[in-house]
Amino acid sequence: MTQAAILLTMKVNGDPVEVAAPAHWTLLEVLRYKLDLIGSKQGCDKGDCGACTVQIDGVPALSCLTLAIQAEGRSVTTVEGLSLDQGPGRVHPLLDAFDRYDAAQCGFCTPGILMAAESLVRDRRAPVTREEAASALAGNLCRCTGYTKILDAVVDASEQILRTRTKKGGAGEPSTSEGEVSDAR
Amino acid sequence: MPGEDRDRDWQIGKVHRKVDAMERMRGITRYTDDLKLPGMLHAKILRSPHPHAKILSVDTSAAEAMPGVFGVVTGQDFRIPYGIIPWTPDENALAVDKVCHVGDGVACVAAIDEDTAIAAIAAIKVEYEELRAFYDPEEALANRDRELTINPYARKGNLSKHVVLEFGDVEGSLEGADLVVAGDYFFEGTTHGAIEPHCAVAQVEPNGILTVWSATQVSHYLHRELSKVLEIPPHQIRVIQPPLGGAFGGKSEPFDLEFCVAKLALVCGRPVKLLYTREEVFYSHRGRHPMKMKYRTGFTKEGKITGVSAKTILDGGAYSSFGLVTTYYSGQLLCAPYDFGSYRFESTRAYTNKPACGPKRGHGSVQPRFAIEIQLDKAAVALGIDPIELRRRNDIGSDAVTVNEFRVGSNGFQECLTRVEVASGWQERRPALPYGQGLGVAGSTYISGTNYPIYPNEMPQAAVQICLDRSGRARVFSGANDIGQGSNTMLAVIVSEELGLPLDDIRVLSADTDLCPVDLGAYSSRITLMVGNACLNAAQKLRRKVCEAVAKRWEIPRKRVVLAKRMALDLENPERNVSSAEAFAWAEADNGLLGEVGSYNTPKDRHGDYRGGTIGASPAYSFTAHLAEVEVDPETGLVDVKTIWVAHDCGKALSKRIVEGQIEGSTYMGFGEALMEQHVVDPEHRGVHIGPNLLDYRMPTFLDTPTIDAMIVEAADANGPYGAKEAGEGPLHSSIPAIANAIYDAVGIRLDTLPFSPPKVLAAIEERRRRVEAGELPPHKADRAARRSA
Repeated sequence: MTQAAILLTMKVNGDPVEVAAPAHWTLLEVLRYKLDLIGSKQGCDKGDCGACTVQIDGVPALSCLTLAIQAEGRSVTTVEGLSLDQGPGRVHPLLDAFDRYDAAQCGFCTPGILMAAESLVRDRRAPVTREEAASALAGNLCRCTGYTKILDAVVDASEQILRTRTKKGGAGEPSTSEGEVSDAR
Repeated sequence: MPGEDRDRDWQIGKVHRKVDAMERMRGITRYTDDLKLPGMLHAKILRSPHPHAKILSVDTSAAEAMPGVFGVVTGQDFRIPYGIIPWTPDENALAVDKVCHVGDGVACVAAIDEDTAIAAIAAIKVEYEELRAFYDPEEALANRDRELTINPYARKGNLSKHVVLEFGDVEGSLEGADLVVAGDYFFEGTTHGAIEPHCAVAQVEPNGILTVWSATQVSHYLHRELSKVLEIPPHQIRVIQPPLGGAFGGKSEPFDLEFCVAKLALVCGRPVKLLYTREEVFYSHRGRHPMKMKYRTGFTKEGKITGVSAKTILDGGAYSSFGLVTTYYSGQLLCAPYDFGSYRFESTRAYTNKPACGPKRGHGSVQPRFAIEIQLDKAAVALGIDPIELRRRNDIGSDAVTVNEFRVGSNGFQECLTRVEVASGWQERRPALPYGQGLGVAGSTYISGTNYPIYPNEMPQAAVQICLDRSGRARVFSGANDIGQGSNTMLAVIVSEELGLPLDDIRVLSADTDLCPVDLGAYSSRITLMVGNACLNAAQKLRRKVCEAVAKRWEIPRKRVVLAKRMALDLENPERNVSSAEAFAWAEADNGLLGEVGSYNTPKDRHGDYRGGTIGASPAYSFTAHLAEVEVDPETGLVDVKTIWVAHDCGKALSKRIVEGQIEGSTYMGFGEALMEQHVVDPEHRGVHIGPNLLDYRMPTFLDTPTIDAMIVEAADANGPYGAKEAGEGPLHSSIPAIANAIYDAVGIRLDTLPFSPPKVLAAIEERRRRVEAGELPPHKADRAARRSA
């Protein structure tokens, strides 16, 4: 069906992007179908599950309920952006913690949870508590984990980030960090 | 085969990063809906708005004439029925002559984009003649009007399956019992709620090979059914299961979308994709059967069970799905961890005009487990025996035979009970908790796969192929479906353990029917035990070859060569070592290319010698105990589950955190079923689902979910790889009755109908209050209140 297309200009994961899409498309559709950023998932398409969570100007947003045109001129970060610019052999501390705690089972909800969690752990003075994390992530459903390992990972990542920052205001974590898993990797 | 030819544990039981988690989390993994093929069309299914109706005509001409429409199919294109159980093929990919529930597929369109496909299905004209619909299984069974037989292939009216089995003299043992507890229970249906909706993509190669990518947990069975329905020989079909976004039993049989995309790809000559909406996922369902259960259980005054009598009605929905097995499971899987003495069950599954029920995590046995564990709790109260102690007294133990003649191997149930008892402070805290707070316990068991496959054959139930290459890497080919539970990592851990490689050096390729050996799929908690054994078998053959080659060059006995930490080492002189790559190169020089296959077949001597006696028999059984702490608000009926302690006997945890994750996820899912979830269609609104979305269907969020304290118990089983048994389904069962029993402990009410919603809880509290005021019952925990005021 031919639909009136619009030309959108925005920043996606730090890069300037110009993309034409039907005017009624959501941000999720543009990310997935036009930009092939498949990390943002469609679980319900009506804002119930949180799997499509991205950040717009640093604030978590449901991309399935956001018209693409609402992101015009703004800065969109998807889960793919979390992996960029961490330095060689390094991943974002949240990804590392999720990996160490086996906090992703099927992984389908994880990108959305990571994007919601990132805004929580960013720029903290004190580590995130389990209660804070549970409140901040209550809009994201996970059907596999029972949430326990996700909370473990978010709290751990928050502590790691604070520690790294007090050490040297540094970048991400080494992809193989110390702890219980070192001998298994 | 635990311990065979092994003298170390450098990987087994450790914590591992999953082999595929980082890619999934980074957004690189392509799930089915992330696949995009050149020229790909998008398909949509037109679904019935009626719960029960004859199809008089389907006119697709307007849809076909629309620009952008490439193909339309209807039930006439799929006249061969299918069904996951070979004895009950009773559904068509699209309805042929009638529709049996709201949401039944009628026609499917492939178009240039999704919007066009949606517009095109709206242009299809279907003439229906509505029929009376049945929503109650007993009303459906009572129907004698042939016109109103729901399922077009049913041979016995609206009866889907009827099973009666009796072991010993139940009536006699109930008569002789000191106490008979009778109860009526109702388990409302629930659904899986995987976050990834079902999706399938099909493509036809110029040489006629049909490839179907599907979010399925049973690629082999899908392969077989596609071949049957489409009348294409299996060797011309390739089924690939891309990484899966959760399943829980909801993707364990073929669905209409897979047949539709395949047929439309053949018709249109273009790749076709179909993604369910969340609403379609709810209507496709195959979730937990609603069960009405009538139980009578006899006890001696010491709390020993003398006999169990059960009568169960299963509300099956419109199709059989796994229903034949579910009907058996509703009775057969109940006979541990407790020795029943004698047992009789009668289970009747009815067709109704609702989305079909099928297997959900803990297939068939979660509902009766709810009933029996409350029965035990009622007996404990009546006999004045501690509920944990009462369960201990009835434990069947290890190396036992159940009343229905299943052989149980290892059994860690006693330890499970002790672990939750100690962790929760049961002995000290329970007598002290005031009105409104309570602790409750329950136990359960589950199978580690079934000894007999769904379709009878004598081939292995699992097979794995492993190749080593001279760079020091291993490739594992397995037909098993990793649905997020971590089975690919499980295989890598076994290969790692046996061949001394880190997980990073192992590539697991799974669930592609062209590249991998056949595996039956991710259901009945079979993969760790069965596929794990097949993998261990292949890995050990390779290890012998590698060790042999190293031993030859070092001129030492093979037994002295150890493979660990990316090396081959001399056990008596660890200074002497070579890299895995070099050891593999030596072995390749001696043997040619290094590849081995391993198979596993189940023991065939562990079941009962009667009709149905094989259904539910397993190589090994897991055991679980749950202990829940609740706070009940007597003014609102709100139940706050504070903590659930759960101890699960998985035989041996091959990967510690992955097993914990299974225990936690199972316990969470049971918690949701206990308090919140309800998969219901509304008879007042002609069979429409009451809320087919993830807001109205209330799955627990981060904030709802209680603290879950998961404990691993390891009673190694001789039939499991390194002793391992299942962990993915067992730990769901008893979380529900543990909560029910804790609510009783808190406020003295028995909730025998799920879910425990605030109005239901409040009504029961008020009823008890009324009876207390009338002098029929003492105030709950009156003794404690008295003790405190004294």
